[in-house]
Formats: sequence, structure tokens, C-alpha cells
Amino acid sequence: MSQVQEYRQLSTSGLLGYGFPEASLEAGMARRPHMIGVDGGSTDPGPYYLGSGKCVNSRIAMKRDLRLMLLAARSERIPLIIGSCGGAGGEPHLQVVAELVREIAREDAQHFRLALIHSEQDKNWVKRELAAGRVKALRNVKPLDDATIDRATRIVGMMGPEPFQRALDEGADVVLAGRSSDPAPWAGCATRAGLPPAPAWYAGKMLECGATAALPKGHDCLLTSVSDAGVVLEAMNPIRFCTPFSVANHSLHENATPCHHIEPGGLLDTSDCVFEAVNDRAVRVSGMTWKKQPYTVKLEGAELAGYRAITICGTRDPMLVGIIDEFLVSVRENVAVKASAFGVTPEQYRLVIRTYGANGVMAGWEPVAKTQSHELGFVVEVVAGSQETANAVLAIARVQMLHVDFPGRLCKEGNMAFPYSPSDIETAPAYRFSVFHTVAIDDPCAPFPIEYETI
Amino acid sequence: MPRIRDIAKACKSKNAGPFELTLDVVFDERRMYERVRATGVLGPALFARLYGVRPEDVLFTEYPAGNAFKATIPRLVPSGDIGDTDVYGAQQHAPLLDVDIPL
Repeated sequence: MSQVQEYRQLSTSGLLGYGFPEASLEAGMARRPHMIGVDGGSTDPGPYYLGSGKCVNSRIAMKRDLRLMLLAARSERIPLIIGSCGGAGGEPHLQVVAELVREIAREDAQHFRLALIHSEQDKNWVKRELAAGRVKALRNVKPLDDATIDRATRIVGMMGPEPFQRALDEGADVVLAGRSSDPAPWAGCATRAGLPPAPAWYAGKMLECGATAALPKGHDCLLTSVSDAGVVLEAMNPIRFCTPFSVANHSLHENATPCHHIEPGGLLDTSDCVFEAVNDRAVRVSGMTWKKQPYTVKLEGAELAGYRAITICGTRDPMLVGIIDEFLVSVRENVAVKASAFGVTPEQYRLVIRTYGANGVMAGWEPVAKTQSHELGFVVEVVAGSQETANAVLAIARVQMLHVDFPGRLCKEGNMAFPYSPSDIETAPAYRFSVFHTVAIDDPCAPFPIEYETI
Repeated sequence: MPRIRDIAKACKSKNAGPFELTLDVVFDERRMYERVRATGVLGPALFARLYGVRPEDVLFTEYPAGNAFKATIPRLVPSGDIGDTDVYGAQQHAPLLDVDIPL
């Protein structure tokens, strides 16, 4: 690939399917970017998506974004690159996005070379790496063991820039990848064009969130130019402004420190960054450094936590509000007795009662001891080993919420207002993140096979 | 005595991965950041007290380039696990708002 002085990248939003104004895309394309892309995923929406294989955004919303991006990329013959497809970046998520791209290509008579980069990892390989001492737990995570690996419904590896570079080297026009480090696709493209890694990774960290580094925040398009002198950022919607303040503060977003960003193959250090306004809408950032480190890939896995049923109710009774903690203790005791009577012991389920208006948002971190609310809302939840058990225990819990007696009770018709019939709601199975570890590897491309397809 | 909510430009919480929560207090200009820093109130001990974690479990960073202080703490319940109340970790900032800063 020929070297360039300045490498321009257009990101359409923070996540595929969040939407963006078409005018912003047009403004971005008028700046003749070298590539266009969007981040597809995150662990932020929780473990369900990785565990279940479902996408976090709807097919309809993803298709709308994809069509506009694909047509823009093909009309200028620039690469379209999407990492962490479908949210969690597992095989089912990648296949949903690939199918959308094929559909759009058929509907709009587009022809190109598609690369799919897979990121789901074989459990036996993870076990071998664990046995070889190459797996480490991330902060606040327990060490990995074989049983945890076996229980995971899915384990993905988070790829670095190298698989993206390989796909482009091998002639891909459109690259759809499974789980990827958010900045990796962008950093891969800019370094492949001969630009230094420090500004390339920095640009990636900004691009993966779309125009979030601008003010006012919104799901919109961001253009970055990487050069030896650093990175220039500019939002493509004229209502949004990148300022030295807004860009510096974006370094705080969803990470443990704003200065040291550990990425596959190195550390991006932003401690000495300098932020300068280029004009009232664009900012130049310089002074970041990149230190090569032994190559590690993050592994993410989720396991089934159980089957869940919930009910929603509320009380407006001042006497009940005044003694709510004691009341909920009696509800729990009554549920244990009633459920044991039909053969379900307390070890076989988890009963969680969330009290909105008191500590439903912060639970153990809530500093306010006594609520001043005139009403309280409850989400009562049971998680158990089967949906049938969860439903049965939840039904008992609902009845106890409605009818358990308490001192000073004047309204014996029922303690709770239930907004719905049916009041009991089966939710999807519950998952938990179980693998959040790194594995040391020698070949950054080896865990991430690439498949090509002529569309 | 001003509280953080009276003088900060941003005071926010968010996941830093599923197992940690990160809290940011941001000021809109360097002079205010420096004055707040000089009081010594914003540090690991404050976050440890407000969130019931050990001071050595608070990863605290002063970030002058952004006029910001950041503290990252372990979550009580991992994001989305049974009993978690805040999958995105986006509503855990309130105890910081009323902290007095003796300026």
C-alpha cells in the first residue's frame, strides 16, 4: 500500500444501528476519507448478548446504517470496515450482519469482495493455553479454570489490528469482523498506510464512539486525519463542535484510567497529550506515545445464570412504606416456606426484590438509609434452574407481596398495585460474564480466521 | 462551602468493563481543577468511604489535560449478573454530588 502524508477515516456513529444523519455522511464523504467504518459492539449492554447470540441493535436499524455506508464506500471505492459485528462479535452476531450486507448487495446490485473475520474461540484451545500458563485474569476477575471454560456458552477473542490489515492486503473491499478491540480496525488501517501507531491508535479510540468526542453529544459522524503531527478530529454535523475540552474528556469514557490504554500489542499513553483548537470545530491532538508490549488478546465469555421471571408492582400505603424492610423479610420467609412445600428449596432459586424509591438504583452503594418517598415501586425477580421453577416461585412471591400481613395494615384487600395482567413476566434466560481474561499469543492473526466471499 | 454539584462541569459514572465502575469529576477550567486538587478532598480515601471499598482497591488518576479526576472501583455485582441494579453503571454518581469542597 502506498504511503500517505495524512490518513482520513470516517466513523458514522458509536454503534452500528444507532443511526446518523445522512447529511453528516455526505459531508464526511466530501472530505474524501480513505476508509469508512463503525464500531459494532461493546460489553456495555451486559452478558445476555454474548451468552445468547442475539444482537443488541435491531436488524432494521443495522440495515439502514449499513446500506448508506456500503453505497457510500462502493461509490468511492474505499474500504468499509466494521468490528465487533452485531454487538458481542460472536459467530451468530457476525452472521446476522453478513446476511444484511448480502441482502443490501442483492437489492442495490453491488459487487465487491467481502471478508468475514471470525473471533469465536475453541474451548479446547483456551484450555490448552490455560494449562500452558498463558492466560491471566484481568483486574477484579477470578483466575480461569477448565470448569468455567466448559460452562461458557460462547468465548470470543478480541482481535487487534493485524487481521484487518491481512484482509485488506488480500483484497477485501468490505471487512466484517467478530469481536475486536474497539480502536483496532481504525489503527490497523492507518498504520497499514504507513502512519505511526501512536496517533493511529488515538484516532481509533475517538472514532469508535462516532461523534461522542464532540459537543453536543449525539450519534453522528466523526472524521479524523492521522499524520506524523498527531490527529485532527472534526464532527461532520455543523451543529457539533470538537473542542480541546470535549476531546480531552473523551479519554475518560468507559476506561479505568484516562492515560494508559492497554491494547493488543502495546500501550497507548495519553498522559502528555496536547489539545489545540485548529478552528472553532476541529481539534488537533499530539504528544501521545505507543509502547510495544508482548501481544495479548482479551477473551470474553458468558455462561447461563438461570431462567428468570419478574413481576412489577407498587405500594402507596404509608404504613407499609414505613416498615418496608421488615415487610420484605417476611415476604422472603413466606416464599421459602411455600416453595419448599412444593419441593423447591431456597438453594434452588434466587429471589431479588428491587425497591424503586428507596434503593432500587444503587442497592448496596445507596447512602440514603430512610426513603422519603410517598410510594415505592418493586421489581420482584426469581432466577432458577428451569423456567418452570422460576415461574412457580415468582407466582408465590407475587402472592406474598400482595397478601402478607404487616403491623398497622388498614387495607387488607391487597398490599400492592399491579399494573399488568398477566402480572408475571418470563424474561429471556439470564447470563453472566464468566471469562474476562487475556491470553498471550505469538501470531496476532492465528486465532482469527478470515473467510472471503465474492458478492 | 460549595458542593461538587455546584462547581463541576461533569460528575458521572460508567462501566469500565463488566467488573469495574469508573467515576469522573470534571471541571471546565484549569484554575478550578487546581483549586479543587489543592484541597486534597478528591482522592482514593473519599471514593473508598463513599462506595465502601478499600482505599487500595481504588484506582485513582488525576488528569490535568482534561481538568478531571477519575476513580475506578470494583463493582459489587458484575454488570448484568443476578442482583445487579445498573447494567451500564451509569447511575452510581449521586453520592459524589453532595461532597463539600472547602474552597
